[in-house]
Amino acid sequence: MAEMSAIGKKLKETFPDAVTGMKTFRGELTVSINKDYIGKVAEFLCNDDESDFGYLSDLCGVDKSRLDNSNAFEVVYHLYSLRHNHRVRLKVEIPASNPSIKTVTNVWKTADWHEREAYDMFGIIFEGHPNLERILTPEGFEGYPLRKDYPLKGRQPASLREVYRKGEE
Amino acid sequence: MGIETLFGDCILTTTLDKVVNWSRKNALWPMPFGLACCAIEMMAAVAPRYDLARFGAEVFRFSPRQSDLMIVAGTVTYKMAAVTKKIYDQMPEPKWVIAMGACASSGGIFDTYATVQGVDEIIPVDVFLPGCPPRPEALIHAVMEIQKKIDKESVLDE
Ligand code: SF4
Repeated sequence: MAEMSAIGKKLKETFPDAVTGMKTFRGELTVSINKDYIGKVAEFLCNDDESDFGYLSDLCGVDKSRLDNSNAFEVVYHLYSLRHNHRVRLKVEIPASNPSIKTVTNVWKTADWHEREAYDMFGIIFEGHPNLERILTPEGFEGYPLRKDYPLKGRQPASLREVYRKGEE
Repeated sequence: MGIETLFGDCILTTTLDKVVNWSRKNALWPMPFGLACCAIEMMAAVAPRYDLARFGAEVFRFSPRQSDLMIVAGTVTYKMAAVTKKIYDQMPEPKWVIAMGACASSGGIFDTYATVQGVDEIIPVDVFLPGCPPRPEALIHAVMEIQKKIDKESVLDE
């Protein structure tokens, strides 16, 4: 665990403004990052020899509006280093009124589909993404189903359902 | 036995409907449209223990063009709806459909934005098979219901 906090410390030293918080729970390090720095931090963690997080194991969105009334979304990155066998979690808070953040597809290619999923479910815009389109819901889907304000038994308009049924000609 | 006595041993008279229906119902080639957990029970139904081959329906064709019974086994999402429809359309007539399980019949527990509330929203269904998942015996029962239905059809109907 000493090693993990060393990584956190190094991150804090390299980007003093970027790191807004740090927490270790059961040996897992979680670092909160300022939204403007995510590109730089991602590049650093991926390429730095000591951390070497070459593998993005997950990227997802969170709607925190009913969690702490913060009216914010969060993007969570789970990183893993195959060489050192260690993990870190990055959390970036973004405002719900303008949910956009820089893409990390230039650092980890796999982020492509993950970011499309987060866009599909939460409407988070990933700036610079090569092809930010819906991935899980059908074309023409309206709304973002994992947002807390999406109705629990939400239905798409009947006109749209008709389109799915017909299929592409 | 009427006219047959005149023909000797080797000739049998019957109606065209009977022969055609007999061959159709005892050689159903299912299109296994396994979409979720129900598909596991469908596989079990074809495996030796339950042996759907006893009803002539063991030849699962993975090509819609070679099959005449679509078994929709599992949760149909709207993303999959267009594909379901397309595959159904590709099957040659005559064709039948079993909606297997609660999900395919009514959306089941998935009363959400993503799930089609019953595959009959998209394609015509002949037999609804309840259960979550239905046991293989139940699927065999559904196949037998289809057989009964075929028996009542006539080649002139189509
Ligand atoms: S009916 Fe039950 S077993 Fe069948 S696909 Fe739905 S959830 Fe799975």
